[in-house]
Amino acid sequence: MFSGFMANTWIVATVVAAVAGVVGFFVVIRGSSFAAHALPLGAFPGAAAASLLGVNAIFGLVVFSAVGAIGIGQLSKRGKRDVATALILVVLLGLGALFLSMTSEYAPEIYSLLFGEVLGIAKDEVGPIIGLGVVAVLAIGLLYRPLMLSSISPELGEVQGISTSKMELCFLLVVALVTAMALPVVGALLVFSLMVGPPAAARAFTNRPQVAIVLSAAVALVTVWASIAISYESNWPVGFFVGGFGAGSYFIGRGWTWLSRAYATRADTAVELEHAA
Amino acid sequence: MIEGAYDLAEDKGEALAVEGVSVWLSGREILHDVSFSLHRGEFTGLIGSNGAGKTTLLRTILGMQVPTTGTVRIGGSPRGAHGAAVGYVPQKILLDPDIPLRSRDLVGLGFDGHRLGIPLRSKHRRILVEEMLEAVDASRFADSRVGTLSGGEQQRVLIAHALIRHPRLLLLDEPLANLDIRSEYEVVELLSRLAEEQGIGVLISAHDMNPLLSAMDRIVYIANGRAASGTTDEVVRTEVLSKLYGSHVDVIRIHDRILVAAGHEHDGLPAHTEPSVWAIGGRS
Repeated sequence: MFSGFMANTWIVATVVAAVAGVVGFFVVIRGSSFAAHALPLGAFPGAAAASLLGVNAIFGLVVFSAVGAIGIGQLSKRGKRDVATALILVVLLGLGALFLSMTSEYAPEIYSLLFGEVLGIAKDEVGPIIGLGVVAVLAIGLLYRPLMLSSISPELGEVQGISTSKMELCFLLVVALVTAMALPVVGALLVFSLMVGPPAAARAFTNRPQVAIVLSAAVALVTVWASIAISYESNWPVGFFVGGFGAGSYFIGRGWTWLSRAYATRADTAVELEHAA
Repeated sequence: MIEGAYDLAEDKGEALAVEGVSVWLSGREILHDVSFSLHRGEFTGLIGSNGAGKTTLLRTILGMQVPTTGTVRIGGSPRGAHGAAVGYVPQKILLDPDIPLRSRDLVGLGFDGHRLGIPLRSKHRRILVEEMLEAVDASRFADSRVGTLSGGEQQRVLIAHALIRHPRLLLLDEPLANLDIRSEYEVVELLSRLAEEQGIGVLISAHDMNPLLSAMDRIVYIANGRAASGTTDEVVRTEVLSKLYGSHVDVIRIHDRILVAAGHEHDGLPAHTEPSVWAIGGRS
């Protein structure tokens, strides 16, 4: 399972997992999970459009997810974010139906765009995927402090002159980049499971934001590596394991939070009782 | 002692001057010819019921709202490129308990949250954060997750966050809302001490003046978009407040508390024009 054609799979899956884990931290603390779900689904028609025009699918994905990000960012300035997100998603999916009817793509290829094709990454996809991943992580590093403050509390950000809507737009564009790089690997339906499960688990285990980000990337890596290995051995789809491990890590995180808070409360009560005695 | 506080404490210069400020929003006059000033080291309460114009006034001082007429000066210079001159604690900040963020991280973001990049490990930054946490008595929970702290504890961290760049002026919008009586008292004590120690002007908005009475150097009383300022004894009087409200109000002192009762029905005004000044203390 580490032979020739699998090498690309391991490299690409590793990059995708690490980047999704890092960017996902902000998806989770900003409450942007719906956008992180909508952008990949909305970007998926981009791949169909790209095949109509005869260009690299990643190019179509970048364009469509970026258009989706800008659309959500602009519309949610005036209305509720979830409605804006849903509207953009509907428009892009409508285009997807149109493009798919025009292409001669076979059903298996569409299936792989939806559910991923991690075991069959083409050689010419490796370079662009790594490139987009590097750009996404650099962007997060650059935006780190204002994005963090604006995510914690938009008002506190505004006080320091950080525009909430600009931060939202910048962040959605980063999510769009991750979408475009991760979609061919894990599929439109599962990109966001890597951006939500691991960070949601990681935030339970530490109070330090930077440690949480590293931990989130680590959980995403383990999720993806384990999923590929088990999928290779069992012949069950990778997506099944990615989704399952993602949700599993979330519940472990929740359980940990619950246990540690219950323990803290009990310790407090014990101290109070001691004082009272 | 806080770095930079030594000379500031001596300097009783002007922290804030609001001159003839009027604000019109969608055809309504929210503030009418509001003027008052605030010196360094002074603790001032901005008192008024909900909808009186307190938040609009704070937003105008912050530069988030442009006044239709009038000017705002901060630390003697016109409002505008004030940079770190104003610290602000917004109303009702709810910090998510699920966000991994320690008190010290939030205070650190007050120092350099507007800058790009990841905060580098710097001794200067770390010491500054430690000092700020100590100044607000928050060292105890410096490493705790800030979203899981109590309302009063979060308020302290937010004050440290707002003060770390050593502003000349600190604005707080209803910082006592949702606090229990004990935390209310502690936060007022803290702010009054910080005003003196660090030589900053503190302006705190509240719908109830009573928790602030012992600490307040001056009061800005705002009603119907009009303001009167001075010491509590100068402002909280039947004549002054009646003029402000445009109808007769009674100022009643009971022990150490003040009750402002507004709106007699025979004045032609409904009895509940200003419901929140009705209740003693206004605490519900």
